[in-house]
Amino acid sequence: MVGGGFLLSFRWFELTASPIQTVAEDVNFNSYLSIAPNDVITIFAPNPEVGQNIKTAFPMIVAEELDADWTKVKIVQAHLDTKKFERQATAGSGAMQHSWERLRKAGATARWMLMEAAAKRWDVSVATLTTDNGFVWHKESGRKLSYGALATEAATMKVPDGIKLKAKKDYKLIGKPIHNTDNAEMITGKPLYGIDTYREGMLIAMIERPPFGAKIKSVETAAAKAMPGIVDVITFKNKVAVLGKSTWQVTKARKLLKVEYEPDGAVESTTEHNTLMKQLLDKADVKPSRKDGDIEAVFKTAAQVITREYQAPFLSHACMEPMNFFAHVRPEGVELIGPAQLPEDTRKNVAKLLGVDIEKITLQMTRMGGGFGRRQRSDYSMEAAELSSMTKAPVKVMWTREDDMQGGQYRPAMRYRFQAALDEEGNWIGYRMRGVGINSGNSARPDHFPAGAVANFLVDSIDHKSPVTTAPWRAPSENFLGFAEQSFFDEIATAARRDPIEYRLAYLDKAQKTPVGAVKYDIERMKGVIKLVAEKSNWGKNKQLYQGFSAYFSHGSYIAQVAEIEMKNGNLVLQKMYAAVDCGVVVNLSGAYQQVKGGIIDGLGHALYGEVTLKDGVPAQKNFDTYRLIRMKEVPEVEVYFVDSDINPTGLGEPALPPAAAALANAFFKATGKRLYHQPFLKEEAMKGQTLHPIS
Amino acid sequence: MANYTLKINNKTYRVEVEEDTPLLWVLRDHLGLVGTKYGCGIGQCGACTIHLNGTAVRSCVLPVSAIGKQKVTTIEGLSAHGEHPVQQAWSEVDVPQCGYCQAGQIMTASAFLNKTPKPTPAQITEAMNGNVCRCGTYHRIREAVALAASKLK
Ligand code: FES
Ligand code: FES
Repeated sequence: MVGGGFLLSFRWFELTASPIQTVAEDVNFNSYLSIAPNDVITIFAPNPEVGQNIKTAFPMIVAEELDADWTKVKIVQAHLDTKKFERQATAGSGAMQHSWERLRKAGATARWMLMEAAAKRWDVSVATLTTDNGFVWHKESGRKLSYGALATEAATMKVPDGIKLKAKKDYKLIGKPIHNTDNAEMITGKPLYGIDTYREGMLIAMIERPPFGAKIKSVETAAAKAMPGIVDVITFKNKVAVLGKSTWQVTKARKLLKVEYEPDGAVESTTEHNTLMKQLLDKADVKPSRKDGDIEAVFKTAAQVITREYQAPFLSHACMEPMNFFAHVRPEGVELIGPAQLPEDTRKNVAKLLGVDIEKITLQMTRMGGGFGRRQRSDYSMEAAELSSMTKAPVKVMWTREDDMQGGQYRPAMRYRFQAALDEEGNWIGYRMRGVGINSGNSARPDHFPAGAVANFLVDSIDHKSPVTTAPWRAPSENFLGFAEQSFFDEIATAARRDPIEYRLAYLDKAQKTPVGAVKYDIERMKGVIKLVAEKSNWGKNKQLYQGFSAYFSHGSYIAQVAEIEMKNGNLVLQKMYAAVDCGVVVNLSGAYQQVKGGIIDGLGHALYGEVTLKDGVPAQKNFDTYRLIRMKEVPEVEVYFVDSDINPTGLGEPALPPAAAALANAFFKATGKRLYHQPFLKEEAMKGQTLHPIS
Repeated sequence: MANYTLKINNKTYRVEVEEDTPLLWVLRDHLGLVGTKYGCGIGQCGACTIHLNGTAVRSCVLPVSAIGKQKVTTIEGLSAHGEHPVQQAWSEVDVPQCGYCQAGQIMTASAFLNKTPKPTPAQITEAMNGNVCRCGTYHRIREAVALAASKLK
């Protein structure tokens, strides 16, 4: 496609995101790395990348223990390969927690083998050798050999047991701000994402899906079929697919489909869900998830009982790259390419659907334009496989933004009720919490604070089964629970006439000294981030500022936040957020800062603006004109501080989100005397006339 | 169907498509220029931003028939190998998270800086507000635009 005057009418070209080059002359040390004679070290990134930066962070760990020259490291996204890798998954902020030791050992083992090879070559003992930046050194004699020069011999060395790993003080890469490995491709527009997949003869498929709780009554497809470029219209599994040669032709033809639906079970609306959730909060005889002490007695005798309810709507994941997937089903095998947070599940589901052995299915993971849990589902990849199998053609299924927003798999709608019992002195003596939701699973977290600190404690939850499909959404349940409980704790401190930070620390002390039942969070780490955020935000010192506090533990990590609202030119503005984070060792400082900032922005944005509402099984929001995402003008400054730690790394993709909205709501209370209970905040009476936009 | 001769990234392309086909899909489906992204299709997110005669335009709502002789620049044509000051700034600040919105952000920023080489922070925010970043890289975008402005001098 170079030069002028190139004639192009309709022609497919081959484009596939990040193909894997196999380098024959490379020496493979283990599943993770190979070293070429020219010193280039290829490190495979086994996990799906959604923007959590795992594709950069994992290889950093291997390279650290290998003592590699980072400028000579080439990172390659691995295919799904359950024989070589474990847990190729993006879920639960769990990758680092699972793989940290494995990756370190992979690097350290290869380093040891390279040293063994050098020892043999020079006829010296391994103990006299050191490594640095891609070289093995024999300092005594001043000799050195590059890893590339030693690779072939090194690979024949015995794999050592009980390898020693580096001490934190010796890290050269870990903890540094290392840039995203795909930056060059991303800023020049190279094909990286599933949506960028094109193949000769590939059909584009778009699919009309039914409202929730409805089934197809009749379909008229003739008009769509007659449109230019349309190859087929297929009714399958209560859906209608239009397949054609180009995205625009399919988009247009699809509008001519006439599909009539009829009820098939419960056709639900948001108003009914709201009534239902309130009723469920009063339901008797629910099995507790955790019960300590005598909850009935303490609430009968309490001097003060505080009861509050909090509610959240369904949310769309709104990944910037809408759902899409490529499949080519042939008798000799099935090729899958696209975005998948749980590629192993995707392959299993496709195997079951098509009745094909999983050995015959390859899955190439593409960089994802966001995931947030949505791509843990394989509904869209199975659609591609099914349509390819029916048409015997390579198929890319494309979801429009409207499909994406109206096609379900939402963050569940939820409602929580909290009750606290206080005695005359403002001591917190009883705590009761119930979570209910629409397809929310267990929305309660039974071992959260104040478990251990308050003697009489009861937590339970109820799930309403609905045809409205839901999926994990960044920090499942926690994404709203964090707001609800942290707002409630602020109210308790206020009722007890105590400073919220001082009050929290006092109860954490209590849980430490006289714990009731099991305490499943680390009290020292929790106190550490609370004290750090108080110090960094000058908590309570500036009377012109309205500060709100929250602190939350999830995915193994501890985060405390302070939101700061100011009055500027007669308007309240959310000017700043502070976050203190304990996620153990920080692997990549640049990625880590962005995970925290992005998590806070996500938490604020969805709390302020996000909602999907339903009428008779049909979502009202279709696109970004009605589903508002947070934009630059609405984003406060964010200051992030990490606790210096030697503990193995814990989760970071999710934990910053849950406490953000509570910090904001608690600051809003300081400024206005009004509490926010329901999301989106923008619809709350108390928010009338307020935007909170910071001033840039 | 009609034939169109398009000037894109200083090359000439001829395509045969329906006249209402948005430039976005001509680029992606017919010309293999997939750096320009689809996010919403209704001009709300900015993922599809390109330059039309140097002005930032949403290609998802620009029918191919409206282009005529105007010059189109996409992310692939902003520079030969990513050496445009805005791209350089993006890399130095390590802006991308998932990266999907970033081509659109860069195209908006580069057109803006052409017209406003010495922007104030408020002007940067105003100019970039139309581009959504679902990952929330807004602080880094702001920083990178300011850095690019300093490089352009
Ligand atoms: S895709 Fe064009 S503005 Fe969103
Ligand atoms: S980097 Fe992911 S949407 Fe902007």
